[in-house]
Amino acid sequence: MSTAPLSHAFLILFKRDLTLAYRKRAEIVNPLLFFVLVTAMFPLGIGADPAQLRDIGPGIIWVAALLAALLSLETIFRSDFEDGSLEQLLLCPHPLSILMLAKVAAHWVTTGLPLLLVAPLLAVLLDLPEEARSTLLITLALGTPVLSLVGTIGVALTVGLRRGGMILSLLVLPLYVPVLIFAASAVTTAGAGLPVSAHLFLLTALLALAVSLSPAATAAALRISLS
Amino acid sequence: MSSSSPAAALDAENLTCIRDDRTLFSGLSFRVESGQALVVSGRNGSGKTTLLRTLSGMRMPDEGAIRWCGDDIYRLGSDYNASTAYVGHRDGNKLDLTPLENLAFVRSLGDPHPDLQPAQALATVDLAGFEDVATRNLSAGQQRRLALARLLITRAPLWILDEPFTSLDTHGIAIVEELAHNHLVNGGMLVVTSHHMVNLDSSAVIHLNLSA
Repeated sequence: MSTAPLSHAFLILFKRDLTLAYRKRAEIVNPLLFFVLVTAMFPLGIGADPAQLRDIGPGIIWVAALLAALLSLETIFRSDFEDGSLEQLLLCPHPLSILMLAKVAAHWVTTGLPLLLVAPLLAVLLDLPEEARSTLLITLALGTPVLSLVGTIGVALTVGLRRGGMILSLLVLPLYVPVLIFAASAVTTAGAGLPVSAHLFLLTALLALAVSLSPAATAAALRISLS
Repeated sequence: MSSSSPAAALDAENLTCIRDDRTLFSGLSFRVESGQALVVSGRNGSGKTTLLRTLSGMRMPDEGAIRWCGDDIYRLGSDYNASTAYVGHRDGNKLDLTPLENLAFVRSLGDPHPDLQPAQALATVDLAGFEDVATRNLSAGQQRRLALARLLITRAPLWILDEPFTSLDTHGIAIVEELAHNHLVNGGMLVVTSHHMVNLDSSAVIHLNLSA
C-alpha cells in the first residue's frame, strides 16, 4: 500500500477546493456583499444616531457575519454532491474527517476570511470605538472558523435533501449562540475599555473544541446522508 | 496488495438490503476471485445500485457480511478503499477542473499506479487532446470516459462499475470492454451492472440476476 500521507491528502484537497473557488471567483464576492449590505441596512432602518449605532454595532456586525457564514455554508458540499465527487471522497483511502477539515479550511479561506478584511470598514461605518475595532477582528478570526466547522455538520446532515436550506438554519443557528454571545460581548466590553481576555479565551476554547470534534461529526453525518 | 495477489477475493455472505421497508434482496452470497467478473442484472429498482454501493463500502448491509481477502471490509476501512475503484451513476468529475487535473487529483489521493501517468490514461480512453479543456465543455460520453479513466491510474484490483456504458457510443463501449478485459487478464476483479450485454470472456463471468 503506498497511499499518500495524511498531511499530503489534506493539502491536495485544500488546494483543489481553492483552485475551484478561484475558477468561480464571482461566487466568493456574494457572502461578502451580503455581509456589507445587511450591516449597512441598520443605520438606514434605525437612524444614524452615532451613540445608538455604537451601542448595537457589535451585535449587528456579528449577526450579519453569522448569517453570511450560514448562507455561504450551503454551497460547501452542493457541487461535490451533484457531480458525484463527494462519493469519491467517501471512498478514497484516507480518514474522511481529515478530508472534511480540508474542505472546511478551504471554504473558510474563501468565505470567512474576506469578512475579516471588510470588517474594519464596517466598524467605521457603525462608529465603533477605536479600542473595539481590533477586538472585533480578533473575535471574527476566532469565531468565524467555529461557525464554519459547526455549520458543516448541519450541511453534511442535509446534503441529500432537496430543500435543505431552512432545516439547516433551524439546525445550526441555535448552535451558533455561544459564539455570538461571547464575541459580541467581547467587542462591547472592549469598547467600554475593559479587559476582554476571558471572552477571547472562551472563544479560543470553542475553536479548539470545534476543530477537534466537528470533522469527525461531519464525517459521520456525511456517511449517513450518502448511505 | 498488488492486483496479482492470488489470495485476493471478494466474498459476500448472506447479504440483505432493506430500503424504505422493502427488502431489495436477501440471503445473497457470492465470491469473486482474481480474474473474475460479476455481472449483476435485474429489473429497474431490483437493487443493483444498492448492491454496488454496499459492496463499495458506502452503505452498510442490513444483514450479512462482505469480506475482502477474508477480512470484513468495515474492519479494513481505508485499506479496502485503496483496493477498490468505484464509478457510479454520477461521474465524480469536477466540471471546473481539466481532465488532467481531475485525474491527477484522484491519483494523488489513491494508491497510484507506478507506470501510468494521467496523460497516458486519458489517451487510453481516447481523450488525448482534451487534457486542458474544462471538463464542463466535454460531451456526456467524454465525461463518462474520463470517469472510467480513473480506474487506470490507481492500482485498485477491484473495479465496481454502475452502468458504465451510460451515454457511451459503440466506440466508447468497445474501449471500456477492452479495459475490463485487460483488467481481468491481469488478475483484477470486476463487479458491473449493465443493461448492455457485457462482452467478456464467458469463463471469467459470474452472472447474478436480482430479479430472479
